[in-house]
Amino acid sequence: MSTILDIKGLTKRFGGLTAVNNVSFSVREREILSLIGPNGAGKSTLFKLVSSFLRPTAGEVLFKGERISSLAPHIVARKGVVRTFQETTIFRNMTVRDNVIVAHHLRAKATLLGYFLGTTDARRDVAAFGSSADEILGFLGLDAISGEIARNLPHGHLRALGIAIGLATNPSVLLLDEPFAGMNHDETMKAVAMVRKLRERGLTVLLVEHDMPAVMKISDRVVVLNFGEKIAEGTPAEIQNDRKVIEAYLGVEDEAIGL
Amino acid sequence: MIRKLLGLLFFLAAVFILLPLFIEVTGRKDLYYVMTSVALLSIASAGVWLTFYIGRINIGQGAYALMGGYVSAILVMSYSWSFWLTLPIAGLFCAGVSILIGMPILRLRGVYFAMVTLVLTEVARLLALALPITNGAKGITSIPLPGSISIFGVTLVPDFVQVENPRIAFYYVAVVLMVVCYAGMYRLVNSRMGHLCMSLQQNEELASSIGVNIAWLRVVAYSISSFCGGVSGAVFVAATQSIYPSSFTVTDSVNFMLNCFLGGLGYVFGPMLGTLVLYLGWNLLFSTGQFQLLIYSAVMIILMLVLPNGLLSLGSWRRKG
Repeated sequence: MSTILDIKGLTKRFGGLTAVNNVSFSVREREILSLIGPNGAGKSTLFKLVSSFLRPTAGEVLFKGERISSLAPHIVARKGVVRTFQETTIFRNMTVRDNVIVAHHLRAKATLLGYFLGTTDARRDVAAFGSSADEILGFLGLDAISGEIARNLPHGHLRALGIAIGLATNPSVLLLDEPFAGMNHDETMKAVAMVRKLRERGLTVLLVEHDMPAVMKISDRVVVLNFGEKIAEGTPAEIQNDRKVIEAYLGVEDEAIGL
Repeated sequence: MIRKLLGLLFFLAAVFILLPLFIEVTGRKDLYYVMTSVALLSIASAGVWLTFYIGRINIGQGAYALMGGYVSAILVMSYSWSFWLTLPIAGLFCAGVSILIGMPILRLRGVYFAMVTLVLTEVARLLALALPITNGAKGITSIPLPGSISIFGVTLVPDFVQVENPRIAFYYVAVVLMVVCYAGMYRLVNSRMGHLCMSLQQNEELASSIGVNIAWLRVVAYSISSFCGGVSGAVFVAATQSIYPSSFTVTDSVNFMLNCFLGGLGYVFGPMLGTLVLYLGWNLLFSTGQFQLLIYSAVMIILMLVLPNGLLSLGSWRRKG
């Protein structure tokens, strides 16, 4: 498998605090890679660096060999690296379907003026976005609630909607921000199945997560951060037996890392 | 669909036929000026409404109305341009200036953006006082009435000097512009641009994560908004044949915003209704003398408390119930 995302010596300092320190790893095409670590390990910062919502102090992120760090987030999204947010970040006052339709922005062939004037391209886009949105909603099992106003959804659905919005942009790499947080066991199992289906669609998935059993179940590989530094990288089985990882989680019972 | 079409036809009939008819029958010729003002102010308010739609509180529309007015007045007076030519130029000039101003200030949100725009109106007034080209506090007066427009010898718009009552002519100009402006705004909001503006209003981070160039979109929306302000100001100046630094003040900027609030921020036609009600309401309260502002403010506060989504939310509430 070839490398799709290359993280090279990424460092981020906030004043005197080094949140991410010289982290390097690569993500292979069509793999599910999880980023884990105790609270404050720098996972979220790293996540924002990869999606270019933050500029690195040093180092770079290469997507298919091209530098994407320090580009504007919408340009990174256009190239095919798209992040999702935690649940509350949706277009609250739109219907579920409209949330997904508006997220088709990157697939638009007509210009905004074209839409205003209603050109053939624009009308074709509108029809295509509608059917693509329905397909995505069906794929994620949201079709029954496509007419609901997004702010009224329960939280499992919100998470799925966040992913639906991400999918609508037609990404090559989807970055998921804690997709299993706050879910019970059954919900988590469903979400795990959903993420696997994303990979079947040909996507590469990079996720940040706290839920160890889910991570161990779903990931091809795991990268572990502690105090901003990468302390381990490997398959779930390797990670579970890694001394440094166990020490990093010291004070946490062994079960917490899925042993 | 049919209901919408009927509503549109009724509206057009009302502004183009019924209202002039009413004025002729009752002989209240002064109403022409009132309704011209309402139409023009509602164009500026429509612009403000669009900035609300991208999630920014704009209290600076007066600056663009003033700017548009001066651009038109100066071009007509000093360069003897036709008013009709200066109209789009005034709009485009304001749009251009708003792009320069908007690029830095549109990064601000909430009250911070509102405060900066509030200052803009005052800056525009002081500039008009200080610049040599605007003739200071004396302003620009006795601006000639608009001339005729003819294409291939066919007169489309007669020379306003020869019209029996220029006020009626201005009424029609204002109303036609208002209809065009709101038709454009309706189309914009219901096309992709509107959906993207909506996404911006609700969550800018998420919008940029789906690939929307939020900085660019904000500036585009703001420049359309300012274009409306400029055009509205230019016609106002032509109708009153004069402009002073105090023609549009902070009070006007605040009123443009209140018009949007009153009509309803969620409805394209909100600012139009808001302008009508506010303008007429203020004038009706004139007879209460010193209590005018007190009653006006009290009614506004109550309306905002009772109808936070504006007057037009009454309609949708009835339909739901």
